[in-house]
Amino acid sequence: MKSAILKTASSYLLPILLLFSIFILLRGHYHPGGGFVGGLIAAIAFVLHSFTHGSEATLKLLHTHPSSFIPIGLGVAALSMFVPMLGGQPVMTSLWFNEPFPVIGLIGSALFFDLGVYLVVIGAVLTILFTIAQYSE
Amino acid sequence: MIDNTIVFPVIVHLFTAILLLFFWRKTLAHRIISITGSTIGIAIAINLFAKVWGGDILTMEAAGWKSPFGITFVADVFSSTMVLLTSFSGLAVSVFSAIGIARGRIIYGYFPMLHFLLMGLNGAFLTGDIFNLYVYFEVIIIASFVLITLGGRKAQIEGSVKYMAMNILASTFFLTGIGILYGITGSLNMADLSLKVAALENRTLVDLTAIFFIIGFGIKSAVFPLYFWLPSSYHTPPSAVAAVFAGLLTKVGIYALFRMFTLIFVPDEFTRTLLIVIAVLTILTGTFGAVIKNNIRRMFSYLIVCHIGFMVGGLGMYSEVALTGALFYLFHDIMVKTNIFLIAGLIRKLRGTMNMDKLGGLYAEYPLLSFVIAIVLFSLVGIPPLSGFWPKIYLFEAGLMDNQYVLIAAIIIGSFATLYVISMMWAKVFWKDQPTVEGEEALTDDFRPLSKFKKSLLVGPIVFLAAITLYIGLAAENVTQVAKHIAGEMKDTTPYIEAVLGTNETQ
Repeated sequence: MKSAILKTASSYLLPILLLFSIFILLRGHYHPGGGFVGGLIAAIAFVLHSFTHGSEATLKLLHTHPSSFIPIGLGVAALSMFVPMLGGQPVMTSLWFNEPFPVIGLIGSALFFDLGVYLVVIGAVLTILFTIAQYSE
Repeated sequence: MIDNTIVFPVIVHLFTAILLLFFWRKTLAHRIISITGSTIGIAIAINLFAKVWGGDILTMEAAGWKSPFGITFVADVFSSTMVLLTSFSGLAVSVFSAIGIARGRIIYGYFPMLHFLLMGLNGAFLTGDIFNLYVYFEVIIIASFVLITLGGRKAQIEGSVKYMAMNILASTFFLTGIGILYGITGSLNMADLSLKVAALENRTLVDLTAIFFIIGFGIKSAVFPLYFWLPSSYHTPPSAVAAVFAGLLTKVGIYALFRMFTLIFVPDEFTRTLLIVIAVLTILTGTFGAVIKNNIRRMFSYLIVCHIGFMVGGLGMYSEVALTGALFYLFHDIMVKTNIFLIAGLIRKLRGTMNMDKLGGLYAEYPLLSFVIAIVLFSLVGIPPLSGFWPKIYLFEAGLMDNQYVLIAAIIIGSFATLYVISMMWAKVFWKDQPTVEGEEALTDDFRPLSKFKKSLLVGPIVFLAAITLYIGLAAENVTQVAKHIAGEMKDTTPYIEAVLGTNETQ
């Protein structure tokens, strides 16, 4: 799609959408949001970019094929489940830092599970869309 | 007793699968990681079994949420035995797949899916929460959908459509059943459900809910009249995949039936009669199907259906002796059914076909291998003192005590039909001279050109599982003890319920 307006807008929208997706990811513990929705929004940012610049350019922007996000995300989520067991707690127990971090707030192991979901969703959505795009071209 | 390590059988396969995803498209790394993961899985399973066999029922409450509110994992002897057998099958299939699965399939993620499947199986055996059981069933069927379609040959797709349609239908019934059960009791924890369902006064409603579960698990374990998807799909994927499916996927349905119908819906007259009728018809249909098939794997598929009936019949009689027999048969069946599909895969490697009319002369060519295969096949038939023989004695004994002559007759017919088809297969495939096949269908030998190491990777798993089968047969005393212990736990569920719910009071 070659539209000057969309092209200009998408280069500004990409960082804003990514930032927004991280905001959604972080507020997800107590409010609507979380890893799945955040991941979808981040994926939309990249999809918009690939609409205007072509999927080749988006792949270049990502530096790696999106499918490599899937094992990383799964690994982060699985580790966040498993780590409490090292301290003798049952699997999936939430562990929290004592002090809240500036800006982000209090961080617990649940956030890393969400982060894993976030990465898996980006990876899966982009892999599916890029695979379809490659076949249709 | 609380033991947080009982989820390790689930976690080990999860991490193996994730690690495999990191090595996407690297086939050698996949083979090595998968075999290592499955070996660690066996060590963990043996450890778990030793802990449970020596003492109490172990529980774990995920994230520390107390049962009956949180998700509970429970390892009793039944669960841990199933986990142990799963890990034996898992290792055998991992090793066999290293050579038996084509490179193209490994590149597109065969091994990660195998380990997700094993993770789902272990989770289903260990969970003590009925909705969590449903989730693990979903993990299992999603992984199995990938495994059955991977490769995308036309026959495979055709088989998998039937497989997928029936399994999704089964999950829908299962989920509906859970919904109704939750509606009438307000709980999902199996131990809690056991108490609450027993206290319900409207028994018609309970029976009706039970039917949902019978249909759901019945489709999954392929009982009459919902078995037809199995013979029409199990011969399509590669033999290593069919081996996991045959050995474990139908058995997880049986596991769930046993768990549900001893803990939650204690069978009354109506359910027992229903289960026995289903069992008789399952045995007979499986028998008739097996007798007329000429393709080795199709014949084995019908034998799966036939032998599922033995276990359902044992559950239907619901005496301690009958349950002992059915459980013993379940243990024996997991090992043997996995193995016969691996054997079918090996025969295909040797000759390039599975049509019995075109096969022959294997005994003359590979006498030692044929001897090992003979042990497995005759264990399947149940020739004393091999493993299929002992459980039938218990089933007969229970049938005589309970006056279930029709079921006994069906089991006898099923056994003789198994004997007939297996000896026919033995005569055709091993004793008969190799018939000359010409033209396009000429036989190909993919086995001989392989290096010695690769050959041992194909034959090793078969010998390994045959050794376990031999142990089950010759050391039947030990296996009977395990089966009796589990049957005892099934008849008296108080220790299970106390292990799960009692932890509330101690803390």
